[in-house]
Amino acid sequence: METYNFKEIMNKPERLAPGHRMCAGCGGTVAVRGVLRALHEGDKAVVGNATGCLEVSSFMYPYTAYEDSYIHNAFENAGATLSGVETAYRVLKKKGKVKEDYKFITFGGDGGTYDIGFQSLSGAMERGHDMVYVCYDNGAYMNTGTQRSSATPQFADTTTTPAGKASNGKVQIRKDLAAIMAEHHIPYVGQTTFTNNFKDLHTKAEKAIYTPGAAFLNILAPCPRGWGYEPSDLMDICKAAVDTCYWPLYEVVDGKWILSYEPKAKLPIEDFLRSQRRFRHLFKPENEELIAAFQKEVDRRWEELQIKCNR
Amino acid sequence: MISERINENSPWQDITEGNKIFEAATSREFCTGEWRTSTPVWNQEKCKQCLLCTPVCPDSSIPVNDQKRKDFDYDHCKGCGICAKVCPFGAITMKEGK
Amino acid sequence: MAVRERLSGNEAVAYAIKQINPDVMPAFPITPSTEIPQYVANYIANGEIDTEFIPVESEHSSMSATVGASAAGARALTATSSCGLALMWEELYVAASNRLPIVLALVNRALSGPININADHSDSMGARDSGWIQIYAESNQEAYDNFLQAFPIAEHKDVMLPVMICQDGFITSHGVENILLVEDNLVKEFVGERDPKHYLLNPNETLAVGPYAVSYYYMETKRGQREAMINARKVILEVAERFQAMTGRQYGFFESYRLEDADYAVVIIGSAAGTCKAAIEQIRNTTGKKVGLLKIRVFRPFPEEEIAAALAHVKAVAILDRSEMFSATGGPLGAEVRAALYQAKGKAETVNYLYGLGGRDITVEDFCQVYANLEKIAETQQITDMYEYIGLRRR
Repeated sequence: METYNFKEIMNKPERLAPGHRMCAGCGGTVAVRGVLRALHEGDKAVVGNATGCLEVSSFMYPYTAYEDSYIHNAFENAGATLSGVETAYRVLKKKGKVKEDYKFITFGGDGGTYDIGFQSLSGAMERGHDMVYVCYDNGAYMNTGTQRSSATPQFADTTTTPAGKASNGKVQIRKDLAAIMAEHHIPYVGQTTFTNNFKDLHTKAEKAIYTPGAAFLNILAPCPRGWGYEPSDLMDICKAAVDTCYWPLYEVVDGKWILSYEPKAKLPIEDFLRSQRRFRHLFKPENEELIAAFQKEVDRRWEELQIKCNR
Repeated sequence: MISERINENSPWQDITEGNKIFEAATSREFCTGEWRTSTPVWNQEKCKQCLLCTPVCPDSSIPVNDQKRKDFDYDHCKGCGICAKVCPFGAITMKEGK
Repeated sequence: MAVRERLSGNEAVAYAIKQINPDVMPAFPITPSTEIPQYVANYIANGEIDTEFIPVESEHSSMSATVGASAAGARALTATSSCGLALMWEELYVAASNRLPIVLALVNRALSGPININADHSDSMGARDSGWIQIYAESNQEAYDNFLQAFPIAEHKDVMLPVMICQDGFITSHGVENILLVEDNLVKEFVGERDPKHYLLNPNETLAVGPYAVSYYYMETKRGQREAMINARKVILEVAERFQAMTGRQYGFFESYRLEDADYAVVIIGSAAGTCKAAIEQIRNTTGKKVGLLKIRVFRPFPEEEIAAALAHVKAVAILDRSEMFSATGGPLGAEVRAALYQAKGKAETVNYLYGLGGRDITVEDFCQVYANLEKIAETQQITDMYEYIGLRRR
């Protein structure tokens, strides 16, 4: 692994070109840039992509935003598609038809990863293809207009779980996909988001890419439109997600759970919820117990994670 | 320029087989800077070249050379303002309009 | 010298795969095509070929991985049947629109529901608009021969379309017949190596596949696919000619069996053509009546003009479909053959019968009855049953 020298890393050539059509302030492309930056200079890569905001915005015919070869196939099959590409690489290399070294990285939103592409992802990971599946998790189907996914947090107001007189938003708690991927016993799983100097995301992406075998990265990638916050607040939102332990940073390396960061003072969950329109209804006086329930779930998961990381 | 070869007026014979594009990063030709409703302004005097603004840009619009950031790529910057918010030195301010 | 063997249709196709030694084969088991990936996995396990097998977790993923492998530059194929093909539906269209020269060994089986494992053509007929070339076999020999011709057609620079090689489930796939196999070295020479022009792993250029194309580009893209399908007509015949030069076995868009002088004809696809031929021999030998058969080999692209020309002299035609399309006016082959005849101002009376759904047998006697019906229709100029199920129990 490269030592993390922030300025040197920022000096690397850009692998996601501008001119894509993602919204102003989108967390998705910040995630993509961050992951692709972890590729070592000179290494070739094939980038995959599930259908979603990222795909329809970053490869609108005839404009591709990628410096590397890229394949989008459909919504639910980014795992299987890249497993085909990776297998082709191995056999063509064996037959001497491809000489260069390639890395394989595919991106999917939480809809394409937690939900419709879950089986394809699970299959690709279980088969152990030498690839990285990156979920840029913005907690809903944003491409179609903020419908709930299994990554959507409880109580979030989405267009299919609207908050109203008889509804407090999404009923169910969110699926813990990184943990499910860890239970596939693949060599590397990382959960991260954007931190001040991007070291956490960078080192996890680098490990994921350069660890032989299947790897999974889950990146919280806020969506200003879907969550309802000022686009310029991206980094504050991410910081609050981490410091409230809503989104803990951790990795699972060869089965060993490792906490990447422990906030000195764990902040109350309101600090994460307050600036987002999707949780606005929770701040009505009569909904105090909903925030308490949210806090309880965050605490429960945080404790569970600490136990996993300490054993 | 790919937009000269393939565009909204291209006859079907000019559309690439299977819609494949055999070039990298053709999106650079598409100017998303048009979308801006507010614009970041870089104050070179105040800038300490810490580069904290560069990874947070969703639009790869803060070019870095020799470990130093250059002025914004206004052809593509969409004016989200994340960079201005993270700058510890007040070296980026947002102004209304393009 | 050709090698004489006794193989089932599945064995024959697997043997063709072994001789071709493709790069990547993702597959998922489904009756009755399961044996094909099993045989291939065995060839790999025994070191006989260096294909990479991907044991995917569904047919959607098998076609998805095949698309990925083919786009990467590999020669890639898969096999499936019935619901497996249905689960691939979306990917069939993607494979065709991406212009990937994929080959699919399809063992035809009825679609659910109710679940049924036996032969009919509802699976591939449902996929007839997906942009794939479709080639059907009557026998094990044809399944094998068609399979050897698949990659040369798919990978031709004027085509670049996926090809579906179809055989009837169990009847052909599991029935063991005598077969002539082509020598390995001749197959290698005939099929050659894939030489992709644009592919993901090309070190000299990057490739982006699978864009979002707005309406300014979508229609022009479809026109390009149509052009490839038009070109496929010529290429299919050229490859067949090359195949004939190698083996002596002749293939075209369809086989005309005792059709040249026929007054009454059946148009059919697949294994039931063999039964029909037996009926033709029996009728001609016992009554001298002039009956014949047009057996479709290539359904996509549809050889419209050639079919109309071959049937121009016939008095009455029965088009036999092995799949329902619930238009309440017959089956897909019936609709297309009739359109061809209409366009050519054909004079033959036509009926469209459905047979063999979910593996229902069709017998020599059934075909004799069909020809008797045609004779009556030609004489009376009256059709009582325009659309009928053959072998259906009735009250």
